[in-house]
Amino acid sequence: MSALICEVVYRGIFQKNLASRITRGIVLSARKAGRWGIAFGRYGDSPQRNGIPAKDFAIVADTKEELEQNMARYEPKHVDVTICVDDTLSKGVESWAWYGLQPINKLTVPNGTLLMTSLQSPESLLKDIHKKDAPYKLSLIPAKASFAGLWVYREDHTEVRILGALAKIAPDFLTLDAVSQAIKESEWGSDLKVASAKKAYERIETREIKMTEGNGEIPFSFEMPKWWEMREGVTIPAIPVGKPKEAGKGYVPERNPYFKKYTTRTMRPVIDFDTCVKCNLCWISCPDSVFDVMPDGTFDAAMEACCGCGVCEAVCPVEHCVTMVNEQAFDDNASQWEMWRKDKAAYKTWLGTKIADKKTTVRSHGFRFRGQYDQELKAELDSGGVEITAGIPGENAAHKTV
Amino acid sequence: MAVVETKAAQAASEDKELLISGSEAVAEALTLADLDVVTAYPIRPYDTVMQAIAKKISGGQLTAEYIVAEGEHSQFEIVKHASTVGARVFCGSSGVGWAYAMECLVVTPPLRVPMICLVGNRALDDPGAFGVEHNDALFVRDLGWMLCWIDTSQEAFDTTLIAYRVAEDRRVFLPCAISADGAFLTHSQAITMVASKEKVDRFLPRYNRGDLLLHPDNPITVAPQANEDWVIEIRRQNDEAMKRAYTVIEEAYADFRKVFGRGPENPWFEEYMTEDADVILIGMGTISLPMKVGIRNMRAQGKKVGLVRLRWFRPFPTEKIVAALSKAKAIGVVDRNYSFGSPFASGVVANEIRAALYNSDKRPPLLSFISGLGGREVTLEDVYKAADLCYSAATSGKSDARTHWLGVRE
Repeated sequence: MSALICEVVYRGIFQKNLASRITRGIVLSARKAGRWGIAFGRYGDSPQRNGIPAKDFAIVADTKEELEQNMARYEPKHVDVTICVDDTLSKGVESWAWYGLQPINKLTVPNGTLLMTSLQSPESLLKDIHKKDAPYKLSLIPAKASFAGLWVYREDHTEVRILGALAKIAPDFLTLDAVSQAIKESEWGSDLKVASAKKAYERIETREIKMTEGNGEIPFSFEMPKWWEMREGVTIPAIPVGKPKEAGKGYVPERNPYFKKYTTRTMRPVIDFDTCVKCNLCWISCPDSVFDVMPDGTFDAAMEACCGCGVCEAVCPVEHCVTMVNEQAFDDNASQWEMWRKDKAAYKTWLGTKIADKKTTVRSHGFRFRGQYDQELKAELDSGGVEITAGIPGENAAHKTV
Repeated sequence: MAVVETKAAQAASEDKELLISGSEAVAEALTLADLDVVTAYPIRPYDTVMQAIAKKISGGQLTAEYIVAEGEHSQFEIVKHASTVGARVFCGSSGVGWAYAMECLVVTPPLRVPMICLVGNRALDDPGAFGVEHNDALFVRDLGWMLCWIDTSQEAFDTTLIAYRVAEDRRVFLPCAISADGAFLTHSQAITMVASKEKVDRFLPRYNRGDLLLHPDNPITVAPQANEDWVIEIRRQNDEAMKRAYTVIEEAYADFRKVFGRGPENPWFEEYMTEDADVILIGMGTISLPMKVGIRNMRAQGKKVGLVRLRWFRPFPTEKIVAALSKAKAIGVVDRNYSFGSPFASGVVANEIRAALYNSDKRPPLLSFISGLGGREVTLEDVYKAADLCYSAATSGKSDARTHWLGVRE
């Protein structure tokens, strides 16, 4: 191996600066041993949207020629390490440049590594991560999805913990000393951050994943049309009008065959059909026409169209009728209404567990009050979190101290 | 006949002979074509056509939406949208007015809008000038616009009808700009045959936008944002439409001859005394007049000179022009435009013809001339000079790599 290729899969806007710091950190660390490198983003992801999965890449190589060899394509087709900094992305990636659902480990080479920050166990994550046709390693750093990079960078140390873990995964390219030195020299570095990188180096847990392990679901895909199959004039046919749900009752809209949102969301609405007052507000307010009108007049949220914005929860006049719950709590996209119709008591129990757990109902990708993220990180110090350190790069970074 | 039906019918079912300018001839054709929506914003020399259309409407001969925009940008946007809902549209401008509309000119071909425009060719500022240069219309030469140059009021009338027939053909659906030399054609009145409404209706079918029609019964989205996964396919679609235009143009001229009993056999360019010519000069637009007179004078002295006047620049008649030119001993391209810093510092047409000849076995020496910029008169002396230089090249068998500027004070 004379080149190391890494991808960072992240959520647009929230983790944009985080991903950029990681890829820059990889190149600058490798440079300590005289290697060449490049850090770049997938340009198709560039007009980022809040929470939309996006990718950055870092390639380091022994020589400039080897680097070019690996750069002579739009983006890497295979990577030695896939880095994922939000475990809700374990369900896969649908970037802004919609092309179906890409499993999170799709580009990972056989025996390569999927490095994730997560508070879940490997077993729990493997319910979401798709099966791969080759064995690979799953490395975990205990941490929640970083929310460091929205508008003002919150120094939550995620970038240095990833770099510390990489020193363990690819020591031929990034020694812990080189990583520590690169962190120290960067405009956002500090001794505390070097310590965090070393802690991650020690704490990282790696497990071999066999070909038989993982989510067996076939990811959503579609064939891109040929130029002569597309309607001319940059014209997109409208989605046809929908049909009644059953027995001439209810209404289910037709949906876009290409534009799905399975992995865009970080949370999804859970609905209590027993308390629904059929006011229509969720149906009217949803910007993505997610709600199907059921024969009984209640509303079921179609997961293929939901991007998890939470407007339905906000407009619902009944307490706990619509509750946004973190994607980690779900392993499939099945209809909640059908589950409720089949067994109302069982559904009540299921609903109760989903909305009772504060860990999954607290917004992970949006905050209700100033300082919530700081509080959350403090609460998780035991499991590897760190306190946010003061300092905004370029403004008062010089004052940040241990 | 199109969406808004003209109520006042053409008085005569007979052809009539009128003394009209090129711009007025366009307005006559638009009236017979039952234009639906026209937008206007004044700039010389294009404004002559907007005035002529206004007169047709105020005189009750044409019923159409006449919208005065607040600038060329809106002028072109408005008709673009009107065309997507099925209206037959017309627009136009000149010089920097055309340049101001550039953003809208760029989006018109990919949206497959069969807009017909008159570009009254005008020098680009600075210096502010009214005279003809072809650089304005040539702005859009790479973007999917069909471009043609006309020479007489008669051709203005005929080409307007042909342009609608070609642009509105479902196989094409591309905009077409008809270029008319400022002053020489837009402001000069000549005897012109204006055909009957009956003939025009036989030649020009109703505009049918089909599956691209923006209408509640055909719900579509037009012009969304797209990334690299889609753009090259859209460009390839336009490439195919432009390629199909070759056939559609040939068909349109053949039908035109059948219905109107006139019109050229060769739609692409006019050949004047080229059969036995040693030297062929090439130009576009009204430059043909001094050239034809000069050629007749030179022929009287035994010099076998001929002229190719290019009508269609996009799509470019590559094979036909190669066949017509490769039989000469030398060719001289007289450009009423410039392309600073281009190969051999030539005009645009000269370099197009050089490129067209590259794969030909027989490549006569090609000389490039810049002439008549800003409306400067192209004199008989200029024509003689160009022909003489071509004769020298024919004798030596070598092209002079220099571009010659004709009629410049030096």
